[in-house]
Amino acid sequence: MIAARLQSEPFDSAIVQAALLAGRTDLGAAVAFTGLVRADEGLVALTLEHYPAMTLAQMQAIAADAAVRWPNTIGTIIHRHGRLLPGDSIVLVVTASPHRAHAFAAAQFLMDWLKTKAPFWKREEWADGTTRWVEAKGIDDAAAERW
Amino acid sequence: MMQLLYFAWVREMVGTDSETITLPADITTVAALLDWLATRSPGHAAALADRSRIRIAVDQGFATPATPLNNPREIAIFPPVTGG
Repeated sequence: MIAARLQSEPFDSAIVQAALLAGRTDLGAAVAFTGLVRADEGLVALTLEHYPAMTLAQMQAIAADAAVRWPNTIGTIIHRHGRLLPGDSIVLVVTASPHRAHAFAAAQFLMDWLKTKAPFWKREEWADGTTRWVEAKGIDDAAAERW
Repeated sequence: MMQLLYFAWVREMVGTDSETITLPADITTVAALLDWLATRSPGHAAALADRSRIRIAVDQGFATPATPLNNPREIAIFPPVTGG
């Protein structure tokens, strides 16, 4: 089971991971990845727009796909929306498996697919008052297509 | 009657986040819908000018230009996604 959450509030990755692992003694590996707002020169804020009726369903579909590919892996994915500041967390992927290879692979798969198949759009606000929509990157498509 | 939704810079260029339309009977694919929408206003035309920069969801599932339209309730038009 890999659970998906969509929220504007911050998350605490340690608490999310502890909740995922609670009561389990069969797991030998846990991976936690956090994506952050990087303070590129002059960046003031990053706003994550999403498609309310579709985004969570799409995140759940990605999670279900991962659960089929790595059946012994459990996890939680959280993606935030709204206006975020440099240093804020954007996305969390936590996975756990009996062995590390599956936990690493599932986490990477989940991030690659979240970046390319979940309907979110980033708008940057700059110190000079301008805004700019982030362009999708070919390198992200290539990362998603290898799975 | 169906709902059109626009997101990110598509929303800004069209000038609204949603509109309710009656789909003409001869519009039977996503590609035909985009051609027809582009004639609605200069904003629509500008937003839809480069189809390689446009992505579509029909009833909340990703679609392609060839996807047939069978009484859809909701079609969303947006740029390639940039979350994560």
